[in-house]
Amino acid sequence: MMANMVNAINNALELSMKENEGVVLLGEDIGKDGGVFRVTEGLIDKFGEGRVIDTPLAESGIIGASIGMALSGMHPIPEVQFAGFMYLAFSQIINHAARYRTRSRSAFKVPMTIRTPVSGGVRTLEHHSESPEALYSHMGGLIVVEPSSPYDAKGLMIKASRMEDPVVFLEPTKLYRLFKQEIPEDAYEVPIGKANIVREGNELSIITYGTMVNVVKNVVEKKKVDAEIIDIRTINPLDETTIMNSVNKTGRAVIVHEAPLSFGVGAEISARLAEQDIFELKAPIIRVAAYNMPYPFPQYEKFYVPNENKISNAIDKIMSA
Amino acid sequence: MSLIKDVFEGKIQFMQVMDEKGDIDEELFPKDLTDDKLAEMLKLMLLTRNADAKAVSLQRQGRAATYAPTLGEEAVNIGSAAAMRSGDIFVPAFRQHGVYFARGLPLHLFYMYWMGFEEGNMIPPEVHGYPMSVPVGTQMPHSVGIAFAQKYKKTGKAVIAYIGDGGTSEGDFYEAINFAGVWKVPLVVIIQNNQWAISMPRSKQTAAQTLAQKGMAAGINGIQVDGNDAISVYKATADALKNADKGPTIIEAVTYRLGMHTTSDDPTKYRQDSEVSEWQSKDPILRLRSYLMKKGVWSEKIENDTVDEQKKLIDKEVEIAEAFKADPKTMFQNVYSFIPDELNDELKDAEAHNFWQG
Repeated sequence: MMANMVNAINNALELSMKENEGVVLLGEDIGKDGGVFRVTEGLIDKFGEGRVIDTPLAESGIIGASIGMALSGMHPIPEVQFAGFMYLAFSQIINHAARYRTRSRSAFKVPMTIRTPVSGGVRTLEHHSESPEALYSHMGGLIVVEPSSPYDAKGLMIKASRMEDPVVFLEPTKLYRLFKQEIPEDAYEVPIGKANIVREGNELSIITYGTMVNVVKNVVEKKKVDAEIIDIRTINPLDETTIMNSVNKTGRAVIVHEAPLSFGVGAEISARLAEQDIFELKAPIIRVAAYNMPYPFPQYEKFYVPNENKISNAIDKIMSA
Repeated sequence: MSLIKDVFEGKIQFMQVMDEKGDIDEELFPKDLTDDKLAEMLKLMLLTRNADAKAVSLQRQGRAATYAPTLGEEAVNIGSAAAMRSGDIFVPAFRQHGVYFARGLPLHLFYMYWMGFEEGNMIPPEVHGYPMSVPVGTQMPHSVGIAFAQKYKKTGKAVIAYIGDGGTSEGDFYEAINFAGVWKVPLVVIIQNNQWAISMPRSKQTAAQTLAQKGMAAGINGIQVDGNDAISVYKATADALKNADKGPTIIEAVTYRLGMHTTSDDPTKYRQDSEVSEWQSKDPILRLRSYLMKKGVWSEKIENDTVDEQKKLIDKEVEIAEAFKADPKTMFQNVYSFIPDELNDELKDAEAHNFWQG
């Protein structure tokens, strides 16, 4: 089937609900309205109000109730309307979803998949464009994934809904309808914790994910540089092996993400490369990211989100070092 | 031994001063509401509606980002703003555009906000209002703190906080009213109940019969008013403000969102046209206009002249807003009270390598 990311996730949710009766969807406006991005469109007609639940407007309540369902053997897939609103549920996610297993030495578990749209570039209001993946990865206990294609979105969602761990499933709004792709009709899994080599190359490794994958691909194509592009897909746990193998081969690493630079995913990858691979490096690692500040209003996002020019500049710099 | 006795009893009253035909209840009518003041309120309601229509059209033309219209809810905004005393402070949610206008916000700032400039939030101090809060309900604890500060500093001012029907489901709402009750701060909470939280009808938002009664658990008095009657909203707000030094009040203003949640929303997906048209007949502007016409202080000519003048003003203000140019340096200059080295380096790097382009 031809699918954009919205279709792909919708399809994955439908298949997961058919496969496991314990899967329920809950969130604001996900039923009749089909979600503000239409990701859950039509599912209320197929599964009814008992399994596609329009909730009152309360993010902490949505996540907290989902944790209760998960503790009781269900697999809830809550939607938080925008990542910027998920901070209202931060305590439930960090204090409970992430800790239940370890604090009970696996006597209790929280199998749930928290869906939320992330990242910018689509001229939205405040709090609608954040890239918070580092926050959820930092504390431990949460799987964090972020697909960049319809194929990966479906496969990662199927995989997440079969797991016994809490998964934070980040969906870049800019990619929801950016392109379509042929994907299998049936359920299939994309492994969690495994990066995808989007393009093979020998001179340079570019490690990226989410909204930046396509931007990096465009730059590499235009510059005709022999770059290997790695889409990490899972932020936590990170696929170190694929990254190290690539950088061992190329000797150069550029890390690109839309989230702010400091204390971010790029810093983590960069640290691991420095710790394990520093003698293989032909040039200092470069991170390309947004500035260290809150996400700006729409008129300023063109200055804020890393663009082709900024990535291109980093490639020139590392190749001439 | 056993003992069962009533330990709490409460009730919530509904108030309507002016009905849908524009007839008023003389006894309830606030004596300080002069014809001139009411005409001024009608003008502000018209300004709110015209400025709103312009914002929707700008968004449709790609000249503004997302916009949250206030069509049909003008009486809550203007009725409450008209009751504020000059120094009183308001803390909005994100559908109180009329309150800003009534407090004298230059319209171009309103347009700049929705066009996507942080500079739209540079609200002049004389407006006595704060920027909008987009994460639902999160402004409520701030309003308690602001009210606390008025009491602490003995300013004699009160705070008026706004929240929607959906917002009253958020934890922040309950925490805020609980604090307000304990601290007895000078706060008036106006619940702008427009019946719909995007696609969620009021009936599914809470099993409570009214939203005003939520205050009871926090020990706060509440009243429900006809939110499409500017006079009811005015009276309830004025009464609450008079008593603000004794503690907080909750006013649930029952109104209706005639338009979409935001310009990204399509309400035909989840509600019936018949419901919308029923509420169109209860339009807050219709009834105040008809009351003032009956009193002979408003006419078609006055209205046409007013609207002409307002549209000219709106066009002029939109022009100012659109002439504004985003300067990326301001992003770096306003994160902290100073510019840390790392931000300075990023700024220099961006300028040196021309990152702002392409």
